[in-house]
Amino acid sequence: MSDQHDHTTPPSDAELRTKALETLLIEKGLVNSQALNALIDTYENKVGPRNGAMVVAKAWCDSNYLDWLRSDATGAIGSLGFTGRQGEHMKIVENTDSIHNLVVCTLCSCYPWTVLGLPPVWYKSAPYRARAVSDPRGVLAEFGTIVAEKTNIRVWDSTAEMRYLVIPQRPVGTENFGQTELAHLVTRNSMIGVERDLQVTGDKT
Amino acid sequence: MNGGHDLGGVDGLGPINPEPEAVESVFHHEWEKRAFALTLACGFLGQWNLDESRHARERQHPADYLKNTYYENWLQGLETLLAEKRLLEDENIQKLSSKCISADSVDDILSRGGPVNMPTDTTPAFHPGDDVKVMNNHITGHTRVPRYCAGRIGVIEAVQGFHVFPDANALGQRTGQYLYSVRISAQELWGRDSHSVYVDLWQPHLTSVRKS
Repeated sequence: MSDQHDHTTPPSDAELRTKALETLLIEKGLVNSQALNALIDTYENKVGPRNGAMVVAKAWCDSNYLDWLRSDATGAIGSLGFTGRQGEHMKIVENTDSIHNLVVCTLCSCYPWTVLGLPPVWYKSAPYRARAVSDPRGVLAEFGTIVAEKTNIRVWDSTAEMRYLVIPQRPVGTENFGQTELAHLVTRNSMIGVERDLQVTGDKT
Repeated sequence: MNGGHDLGGVDGLGPINPEPEAVESVFHHEWEKRAFALTLACGFLGQWNLDESRHARERQHPADYLKNTYYENWLQGLETLLAEKRLLEDENIQKLSSKCISADSVDDILSRGGPVNMPTDTTPAFHPGDDVKVMNNHITGHTRVPRYCAGRIGVIEAVQGFHVFPDANALGQRTGQYLYSVRISAQELWGRDSHSVYVDLWQPHLTSVRKS
């Protein structure tokens, strides 16, 4: 969707308020237009779920790294250059044959920005925040994810500054894949936990 | 406070309707980008903390909070803080303009972040495996205790460290408390189902439960 309305459509209230605020704050010297552009560019183009996919792929290939993630996820993730805002206190949660992890923030939208970027709209939406804790199987089904009855579901409500990254299971048949190839298989949704089984596609570009 | 933001377990909000990951963009309108960046840039002026910022959004009327889109709530929160902290009054403008961040400093500021762990010479009151009860005191100010777990019994899963206590931080008092991951069963929370919910809670929110 774009904001490019035609000349008969007035701009939205939010658009007008934002513009007014930005103009005022720049004029008063409290914010800088180039700094705003740099903040936007960071999260639109630089920091996103490819970071998390690299962490997951490395964890699959390197047991020492996985141990480090288990004992000090913030340090282990930081060693790949992913540090800072909304990733200050990281924790990994690992899927196994008998455990499935799902992350939510029922009170707002807490999310590990350093490894996943900004949260998707659905993660911030009222129905996801409401039902992830009370009906995770129903929520997962809305994403097309069916988890076996015998699999234990663990839901992590990010109520503090701890940020959770799900480590999905490595797909079978990827024994000969390198870390870069593996990282391409890891979806953002699997690192939040709304997907479980990663697909091995023919396209490994 | 259990306002419109305290959504865990609320029924009747409809389907999630997620956009497919492959086609979803980070922002959906140009103004959302600006509202996002303005909120961060104003936050870096250092006149309010994360919990004050959250509290400014969640203090809205629940009907407004739920009707608004996500970045409309951010915009509302920013307007509230700018007004309450009187940032646009002349004396404050003069004081704060030296703190205005430049484009060059953005990478550094973001990669440093704002850790909330604090030093302490105390030891945690609870340990992994301890049964605890979440206090049933519905706090009317800012808190990170979701109402769905008030009065519920759970088990300490982990000690997460000594972290800034949001209930006080939202009032401008940066004090620390032990933070715990508390596991509560779906049976205990909802009277049905078999999953577990792990909630991060601070020591003042918990009391010990004697094992029978």
